[in-house]
Formats: sequence, structure tokens, C-alpha cells
Amino acid sequence: MSYQNLDSFRDPEVAKTLSGLIAESCQSPMRIMEVCGTHTVSIFRNGIRDMLPQDITLVSGPGCPVCVTDQKEIDDFIQLARKKNVILATFGDLMRVPGTQSSLQKQRAQGRKVKVVYSAFDALTLAAQNPKKKIVFCGVGFETTAPTVGACILEAHRQGLKNFFVYSAHKTVPPALDALMSMDTVIDGFMMPGHVSVIIGADAYLPLVEKFAIPCAIAGFEPNDILASILTLVQQKEAGESKLENTYSRAVSPEGNKKAREVMEQVFDKVDASWRGLGVIPGSGLSIREEFERFDASKAFELPPARSAAPKGCICGAILTGKKIPPQCPKYKIECTPTDPLGPCMVSSEGTCAAYYRYHGAITKVY
Amino acid sequence: MCLAVPAKLIEMDNGMGTVDAGGVRKKISLLLLEDAALGDYILVHAGFGIQKLDEKQAEESLALLREAVTEVEARYKNEQDPM
Ligand code: SF4
Repeated sequence: MSYQNLDSFRDPEVAKTLSGLIAESCQSPMRIMEVCGTHTVSIFRNGIRDMLPQDITLVSGPGCPVCVTDQKEIDDFIQLARKKNVILATFGDLMRVPGTQSSLQKQRAQGRKVKVVYSAFDALTLAAQNPKKKIVFCGVGFETTAPTVGACILEAHRQGLKNFFVYSAHKTVPPALDALMSMDTVIDGFMMPGHVSVIIGADAYLPLVEKFAIPCAIAGFEPNDILASILTLVQQKEAGESKLENTYSRAVSPEGNKKAREVMEQVFDKVDASWRGLGVIPGSGLSIREEFERFDASKAFELPPARSAAPKGCICGAILTGKKIPPQCPKYKIECTPTDPLGPCMVSSEGTCAAYYRYHGAITKVY
Repeated sequence: MCLAVPAKLIEMDNGMGTVDAGGVRKKISLLLLEDAALGDYILVHAGFGIQKLDEKQAEESLALLREAVTEVEARYKNEQDPM
């Protein structure tokens, strides 16, 4: 492997060819959902929409972990930040997400100890360095991130750390796609999240493909990865087929990362979880198993049920299920901007509203 | 949030490693990798290596893409010059 090889996945000449082949193959309207927020950003940044025929509509899905985090979970993070002797460690994207009453950023401004970390490992280091403090990590993320947090819990266990805790709000993608297909959304094909797939493996989607007879393609994040996946989705649809194609095979194997999956299974149990916009989805959450419960912040701290309410007027739910796009939200760009966000989809750098705001300019046409 | 970047593994030490991503060096955990070796290109996410990139598969994908370019070019040429 070389960087030169990796660069070829950005080669504009290849992109032009793929774009031509897509236009040639596409005979009827098609709605493709890109499940992953990182794809949403890459699609905008590389101008992919401009390379597609009018008939193809790309809609974003529930693939921004911060955006789908339930309001109650956000409120719990805020409660945790207010506990005595706690240092709350979190990924930066969560800081400005509005909870029902406050946000982590506001808590920090009021003097609470909230620290932005890049990795769960940093939170573990904080725990080792501050034995008199309780370090609580906000565990948000899909299968890509959950194993990294699981590995830190195992490490804390091995080191016998008593001041490291995780609030697990982790969620898993396949049950969410199943739930989405059972709702009244029109989706003709799925562009599957590349880095979730790295962990769970391509085969993890086979039940979905079979159950709903829907074209699926696993995609990487370079422009030609994305275009290649769209090409196979269009070809499948036009041929009346529904298969799973893996166009990111340099990173995704049929069985995924076995070691990461084992760590996940060792540390977490599957539980029902509540998603913003999608409601409760059976078996789509990961809670810390009993064996490691002393690291479970939801058990170690008292968290009286907060009266959580989603931000008024925010239609993140419809955005996350591909039913609406941001320009269709009355608050978009008026009362809701990245500097003063109303909902999480405008906060996270991968949120659909933030991506539209940043890259979509003044266009309000429905793609 | 599921962003992961490819980087070259240049040092390994007891479950930890150093990667180089276009000149930027970073310490990462190798706990989630089964068989990382020096010189491998690794996907890095949130301080962890999460997958070794498969060179053979990358070559195959690129070969397919290049083949598509050649085919389309040839077709275009034929259309221009039917003789
Ligand atoms: S624009 Fe703001 S208020 Fe509207 S859906 Fe997006 S985040 Fe919510």
C-alpha cells in the first residue's frame, strides 16, 4: 500500500468516468440514503451531487451519533457534570448540544469540570492522573467507537482503577436500518457506513438485504468510493436486483474486525435504546455488562429521571429519518445556526443541518 | 464521528504504536488489532487502530476503476471514429 494508491481513490478522471456510467445506467428516479454522517460531509465537500443525474436523490440517515443521542441521555450527561468531584470527559461534538435546560458548554462556563477528549483512552489517563476525582466518560458512538470504549473499560479493570466510569449511550446501526425500513420512508438503496462496517463486517447486513429486498453498498469515504457505490446501487435497481456490494473491501472484510467485536461482546449487552427521531428500537443499544458494572456511570451515580423535552420547533427527527431536508425546517438559518444551534443536527460537524449550512450555500432546492 | 484516517505504523511498543499520517505523528492503541506489523497502513479512529488496510483488495478495486476508465475511453473513441 502507498499513499499514492490511496490517492487514486480521489482521481478526478476516474470520478468523471464513474459519473458518466451512473448517468448512463440511471433510467428512473432513485432515492439513496447515505447512512453515515461522515459520508454526508464527504458528499458535500467533494461536490458529489453535481456529478449525479437529476433522477438521483441523496438523503441523509440516522448516522450521526451525537444527533441520534436521546434528549434524556444528553440531560444525564449534564446531570453528571454537576456532580461533586466529577470530571466529565467527552468528545467535543457533544459540548454544545442543547439539553432540556442547559448544555455541557454552559456547565463548563459555570465552573464545572468538563474536559474535551479525543479518545476514551485520554479519559482513562485522566483517571490515573487524578485518583481523588471521578472521571466519567460520555460514551456516544456506533460500532466504530464502542470497541475503543470497551477496550478502555477492560484496561481500567486490569489496572484496578476505581475512579473511571462510562455512561454508555452507544448504539448499533443494523437494528436502526431495520426500524427505518419499517417506517414510512421511501428509500431505494442504502450506502452503508464504511467504518461501522469495518467492525461488524459486510455479512452483518445480509439479513437486512434479504428481509427488505433492498440494494445495499458498503462505501469508503473518498469521492471514487462514493461514486462506485452509487453506480452499483443504480445498476442493481435498474436490473431489479437487491444485493450487498462491498466497494470498500480494502477496509471491510465479510466478518469485520473479530477482535474489536469480541471486546464489544465482552463488555456490553444488547439492550433496547431510544433514538432521537426514531423512538425505541429493540436491541439497538449497548449497556455495560454486570461483570463490569462498577464502571457503569448510570449505576454508580444517582440520576433522577429528568423531564426531558426535545427543542421546540426542531425537526431533527424528520431529518434523521430522511423525510425532510434542512431547508424545509422553518428554523434553519433563521433561529438555528452553527453558532447558535437549536438542535443537535446543527451542532455536530457531521449533522445534516450543519453540513447543509456549511456547504449548501443559499440553495434551498430539494435535491 | 466515525471518521477514521489511514496512517502508516512506524513504531510498536507493548500494545501501543506510533503512526505517521502524511507527516503528522500520533500515538495510538493497538489493542483492537490482531496482527499489526510495522509498515502497515492502518485506519485510526479515536486513538485506536481499528483495521489494517488490505493492499491486495485496494489494488483490485483500483484495477476495476482503471478498467472502467479504459473501457469508456475506448467506447468513446469508437463512437468518434467508427472505422
Ligand atoms: S435546522 Fe436546527 S432546528 Fe431545524 S432541524 Fe436542524 S437542528 Fe433542528
